[in-house]
Amino acid sequence: MPGPEGPLDPDERRRIVRDGLAVAVATGAYGISFGAIGVSSGLGVAQTCALSLLVFTGASQFAFVGVIAAGGAPLLGAVSGLLLGVRNTLYGLRLSPLLDWHGFRRTAAAHLVIDESTAMSVTRSSTEAARVGFLTTGIGVFVLWNASTLIGAVAGNAIGDPRDYGLDSAVGGAFLALLWPRLQSPQNRLAAVLAAALALVLVPLTPAGIPVLAAGVVALGLGLSAREATR
Amino acid sequence: MTWIAILVCAAGCYLLKLAGVSIPSSVLERPLVQRIADLLPVALLAALIAVQVFSRGGGSHPSLTIDARLAGLGAAAGALTLRAPFLVVVIVSAVTASLIRLA
Repeated sequence: MPGPEGPLDPDERRRIVRDGLAVAVATGAYGISFGAIGVSSGLGVAQTCALSLLVFTGASQFAFVGVIAAGGAPLLGAVSGLLLGVRNTLYGLRLSPLLDWHGFRRTAAAHLVIDESTAMSVTRSSTEAARVGFLTTGIGVFVLWNASTLIGAVAGNAIGDPRDYGLDSAVGGAFLALLWPRLQSPQNRLAAVLAAALALVLVPLTPAGIPVLAAGVVALGLGLSAREATR
Repeated sequence: MTWIAILVCAAGCYLLKLAGVSIPSSVLERPLVQRIADLLPVALLAALIAVQVFSRGGGSHPSLTIDARLAGLGAAAGALTLRAPFLVVVIVSAVTASLIRLA
């Protein structure tokens, strides 16, 4: 919930911008692999770039090209992408009162609601800090994700693997750094362990992205059972 | 057909995002919704970490694997224990994984 309002401390603003850009660089670099995978799955350069520009939610895009690469019908790919996009609805529910935007701004900001922009703003204590985190990360990822998708799609695999630079690990490290301060309460630690365990069980069994979506069910279940316990 | 599918996916994903930010905030003021909304980012971040670190072949046949990313995550956890700032944690994680792959 938004805390004390007022001007944001310049030092804190700098720190939020720096952290947001760091996440944007680490995540944006993944666009290279998405561009390369998109083209190699049989999509054209324009189609691959359109996914990054218009769908703009990584897991949904990877799910889409994954289905295409496996020879599935394009509309089936679209449905997989949509299913994974449901978690952005949950993010939006959480972000809306914090960002406190209305009308056109909210309509425009909706496109930037993704894993990273949410993670970099839900932890903020004021609306101003949350907006800075959301916009820096959202716009930063959008620009770099689309630019690197184009590079990856045009150059294919010639660019090299982002894994050579440890960037795949950097994203995991970034998510852990975001999760770390939220592990104070036993309830939250339990939620984290259960969600991670459920996700791992589901990885080999379900299409990419479903395991993360299932974490929402863990949060739902724990939230409901906590209510039973306090009665 | 592929273009239609891309546009369907794009329109649907945008509407899902818009629906989330358009739900009235009074919904969030109910204790149950509040609790679930607090737990959501924790659960999603934990699941994202698990998938990011242990899954391989993201497309149609994902599987579990242990590789340099786990060392990267361990290094990140170590850096966090030492209260390292965010950027340092991310860099330590990347450098650890890439060094192990070089070895």
